[in-house]
Amino acid sequence: MDETRIVIRVDMDIVAARQSGRALATGLGFSNTDATLIATAISELARNIVHYAKEGEITLSTLNKSEACGIVVVARDKGPGISNLEQAMKMGFSTSGSLGIGLPGVRRLMDEFKIDSRPGHGTTVTIKIWKR
Amino acid sequence: MQLRDALVAKVSTFRSRGVIVDVTVLDVMDSFASRTLRDLVHMIKLRGAVTVIVGIQPEVAFAMVQLGLTLEGVATALDLEEGLAYLDQTTTRKVSAPRDG
Repeated sequence: MDETRIVIRVDMDIVAARQSGRALATGLGFSNTDATLIATAISELARNIVHYAKEGEITLSTLNKSEACGIVVVARDKGPGISNLEQAMKMGFSTSGSLGIGLPGVRRLMDEFKIDSRPGHGTTVTIKIWKR
Repeated sequence: MQLRDALVAKVSTFRSRGVIVDVTVLDVMDSFASRTLRDLVHMIKLRGAVTVIVGIQPEVAFAMVQLGLTLEGVATALDLEEGLAYLDQTTTRKVSAPRDG
């Protein structure tokens, strides 16, 4: 399975990650609207890495299930982790003075959303979107 | 950040009453960008000028709404032309009406 891996450290990496996401989506025949949803979700996840973990990676891969075609984005870091996941998934909650829209927003943008985080061990967010 | 500082300084230099921020080239507006933009608008407002955001693309608008970004309290217009028309309306000095004798 083809996999693209992008190291996330600085702002420019966020742009690179969302551009690869958009390119992959467009290449697979996703609509412009869905490609924008993917790029936006990647941007949020990459921004979280830069902001909270300082360093991490985003991997993009394609999914093929019978006739369905999709994209999986995994955002992984070894940062401080999230101590209260339930709170972090609540709209408007933020520990950093941001809008608190990131994670719950990303969940709404995508078809599938999974988050795995342990304090001191980092965070992994996996999102999927299927071609409509 | 550079844009913000430069813009706030220019509002002082030119004693601007209106500012247009054209985001036509932006293909993604995440929560960070949205917050930066909102803060910028509020700072300019505190300097006494009005800002209007123009050119949010349809797909970007769709993604923003899905994400929960409303840019509440921020004026928006379709394009540069509409933005200018908006500023024209809002920044025109109100001339007090002549009193009836």
